[in-house]
Amino acid sequence: MIKTVIKRGAYFDSVSLMQVAKKLNSLPGVLDSAVVMATKENKGIIKASGLLTPEVLKAGDSDLAIAVKAKTPEAAASALKAAEELLNKKPAGAETGADRKAAGLDEAVKMLGGANLAIISVAGRFAGALAADCLEKNLNVMLFSDNVPLETEVELKKLAIGKGLLVMGPDCGTAIINGAPLAFANSVRRGNIGIVAASGTGLQEVSTLISNEGAGVSQAIGTGSRDVKLEVGALTLLQGLKMLAADPATGVILIVSKPPHPEILKKITAEIKKIKKPVAAIFLGGEIKEKIKDDFYPSKTLEEAALKAVCLSKGWQMARAREIIYDANLKAEELARKEAARKKSAQKHLRGLFSGGTFVSEAQVILPEIIGPLWSNAPLDKKWKLKDSMRLTGNAVVDLGEDEFTVGRPHPMIDYSLRNKMIVSEAAKPEVSVILLDVVLGYGSNMQPLDDILPPIREAFRSNKGLSIVASVTGTETDPQTRSKVVKGLEAEGVLIMPSNAAACRLAGRIVKISAKK
Amino acid sequence: MKINGLFDSELKVISIGLESFRKGLSDSGVKSVQAQFKPPLVGDRKLFEKVEKRVSVVAKANREALAKILAAKPALVGMDIALKVIPGMKRNLILHAGPPITWERMCGPMRGGIMAALMYEGLAKNPKEAEKLAASGEIKYAPCHEHSAVGPMAGIISASMPVFIVKNTAAGNYSYATLNEGLGKVLRYGAYSPEVIERLKWMETGLYPALKAAIGLLGGIDLKAIVAQALHMGDEVHNRNRAATSLFYRAIAPAVIKTSTPAAAAKALEFINGNDHFFLNLSMALSKASLDAGCGVKNSSLVAVMARNGTDFGVQLSGGGGRWFTGPAPVPDALYFPGYTKADANPDIGDSAITETNGLGGFAIAAAPAIVQFVGGKAADAVSYTLAMYEITAGESNIYKIPYLDFRGTPTGIDVVKVARSGILPFIDTGVAHKKAGVGQVGAGVLSAPPEPFARAFEWFAKNIR
Repeated sequence: MIKTVIKRGAYFDSVSLMQVAKKLNSLPGVLDSAVVMATKENKGIIKASGLLTPEVLKAGDSDLAIAVKAKTPEAAASALKAAEELLNKKPAGAETGADRKAAGLDEAVKMLGGANLAIISVAGRFAGALAADCLEKNLNVMLFSDNVPLETEVELKKLAIGKGLLVMGPDCGTAIINGAPLAFANSVRRGNIGIVAASGTGLQEVSTLISNEGAGVSQAIGTGSRDVKLEVGALTLLQGLKMLAADPATGVILIVSKPPHPEILKKITAEIKKIKKPVAAIFLGGEIKEKIKDDFYPSKTLEEAALKAVCLSKGWQMARAREIIYDANLKAEELARKEAARKKSAQKHLRGLFSGGTFVSEAQVILPEIIGPLWSNAPLDKKWKLKDSMRLTGNAVVDLGEDEFTVGRPHPMIDYSLRNKMIVSEAAKPEVSVILLDVVLGYGSNMQPLDDILPPIREAFRSNKGLSIVASVTGTETDPQTRSKVVKGLEAEGVLIMPSNAAACRLAGRIVKISAKK
Repeated sequence: MKINGLFDSELKVISIGLESFRKGLSDSGVKSVQAQFKPPLVGDRKLFEKVEKRVSVVAKANREALAKILAAKPALVGMDIALKVIPGMKRNLILHAGPPITWERMCGPMRGGIMAALMYEGLAKNPKEAEKLAASGEIKYAPCHEHSAVGPMAGIISASMPVFIVKNTAAGNYSYATLNEGLGKVLRYGAYSPEVIERLKWMETGLYPALKAAIGLLGGIDLKAIVAQALHMGDEVHNRNRAATSLFYRAIAPAVIKTSTPAAAAKALEFINGNDHFFLNLSMALSKASLDAGCGVKNSSLVAVMARNGTDFGVQLSGGGGRWFTGPAPVPDALYFPGYTKADANPDIGDSAITETNGLGGFAIAAAPAIVQFVGGKAADAVSYTLAMYEITAGESNIYKIPYLDFRGTPTGIDVVKVARSGILPFIDTGVAHKKAGVGQVGAGVLSAPPEPFARAFEWFAKNIR
């Protein structure tokens, strides 16, 4: 039976609602539930699960809909009651009034004298107008929200530039400003490397690698993934470069991006030429062939880019970056041989299950040189597009952060459940030799990664004796999850941990390659 | 490019949306504030852009309207019988709370109130006759608000009821309200039993002459000063009127004694003393007189009326030419009297939201710690509600002040543009009537105004701005 409650004019952000739904689903007698704002899109989503009742259908955009499918009326009623309690639960601290929430932007500006940055994470269709309000109030903006129209992005960025303000995003997941991790960012050392990144995961990877090598970050500016598109013209990336060029605390600049549109790349290289500081760059999946300037250092992987930036920061010889990678490869080769020796002859394929989109790109840059092309739901070359993202064939890497997986559920960096299922189901296939994973730590990510990921890993090893699981852990010692704790926990279960995603990809590739020769 | 000073300044962050994003900030010692977000009431961004283009015109109109509202000096200047003083009042006309409504669509308590009024007027002998007459078409109905009047709950005013006359001495406009009957089974909650009529009759023949004579002797009572003091004494003059009633009592008692026989004076004063809500009708008339002064300002987006008839919630704008914008009235969240639940409650009803429109009631709830149990039991919650209302008002009162907020003026002048943009809805204190006629009050509580009337008012405003 299905019970529905509509709360008119009650707005909650989708993440809070999904957390409530997750808890409802774990209640005894509850078969399924939906806790959503009754927008057209959400109605479409819950229709698929059979929870679209006439009441929900009638509700509007600003109404909250709670629908519970349960075995008994009692179970449904108690779930609805639980939903109300969860939604009304006040965060700790709010009770005292000391940590009072501002009723709106106006009051927030009054409460926090000298506010200079706003992080906006409301639904995309409202985010643009809100960002414009923030710019109007002279606030720099980090726009975490996605689904903001492209024209709005251009409009906002132009408005910001005119006012000497910065708009990071839309769809900007990570930034580090004045040492503070914003949204999905890690706790990294401060230092003299300034980063501009069009990729959140990429920024997390390079900033943690830099920090773990003993160097540090001055500022890390996220641009949002569309910034380097032709329509946007890298407005934020260029502005970020100018800001870092003028920043006395920044000695080295590191650019992380997908390959920009050729015309946009011209603009970017022109800007790089003007900078009187060394610039390292990674345009993942693309190459810069032209000579930009003497102290410009392009890279092929995030790892290489981060290490080059470290060398520049520390005044080391650039060769040191290659040495670090070479040493890691040497160690990996030994491991790979040991792993390959355990394989059964049927075990041939690699399956990469990623929560970070940029890691999927990086895997496609590294792995084909070792084991040939890879199938993917987010292929660099369309030829290798998986027909069905849930049915992996051959060597394959999937980005579980793609919209096809995340509509109506939290990002795989927070909620491991979908990937956990795939770890178990892929491991059960006799042709699978290596499962390649990323574990991303930091603020905003899953706070109990071990609790969530170890059970499926144990099950995977139980069902597939010859299986190798290779992972990288993106994080630092000062992250709330503590990198070494997570690494030890995974290693204790037999997971092979590498210092970077690139290194993990190489190890995984070598295992497959060596066992193929057997 | 202008130089961005972000890297040289202390980072101070406003987070709008996910609250978890503040964890990283607090861990790194960054000052931050979480701002609540509600989606705008109206999805069409073009309408907002239209208003933004005329932002200075609207701001000027709103300043003018607000100045007139704040400058109002409402005083109780006299009393009389409704038929004689209320503009447009007729024998066969009954005024009611909220926007216009037909007998067919009226809720139980409003019908009950009308039945009581017909029996009170001697037009019907019993409830059955009253109900028949009410539905016959011989009796006409109109909103109090369209006759410069206001009434709590059902808001019923019939021809021979005595009314207070409140004059805004600054602008010269008048407003009218009936006398408060007290708690229990009363007409305004739709009760029509013989004791209800009997009390109303005594109010007409005993209370009214005593008060009228006393007001005559005093020449008038400054209501604005009473409300200002009452806010300092723990009232918000909507759900709580204990202090204001006491102040009114102090003002009028000597004159009542001087102008009435000892027995009549004692009875009148005992009645006021026994009714903590006696001042409510005056606080509503004071609000009506003040807001009417701010009406008719072209291009002003200020809300001049919020009123409910138990079926619809209606809003008028200063620049709206008397148009009603309506939507369904919600059922309030409330503390219910023993034996009653939300299932018994009638949707929101009464003209008393005029106090909120005037920056009192729910807007001034931070001044009334005694009634915070209606808002979850914590004084901080009441403060939050008042603070939120500053987000949707054009200004602050220069006279009505809140001690807890360092004597900040109450949020005044609801701007429908701000309501539509912020999604923050006016916060209203309210009594709750039983949905069946004749039962009466079942609780008291608070509610947010419904979104539809404000969305419609904003849409009309945006389309008609010049």
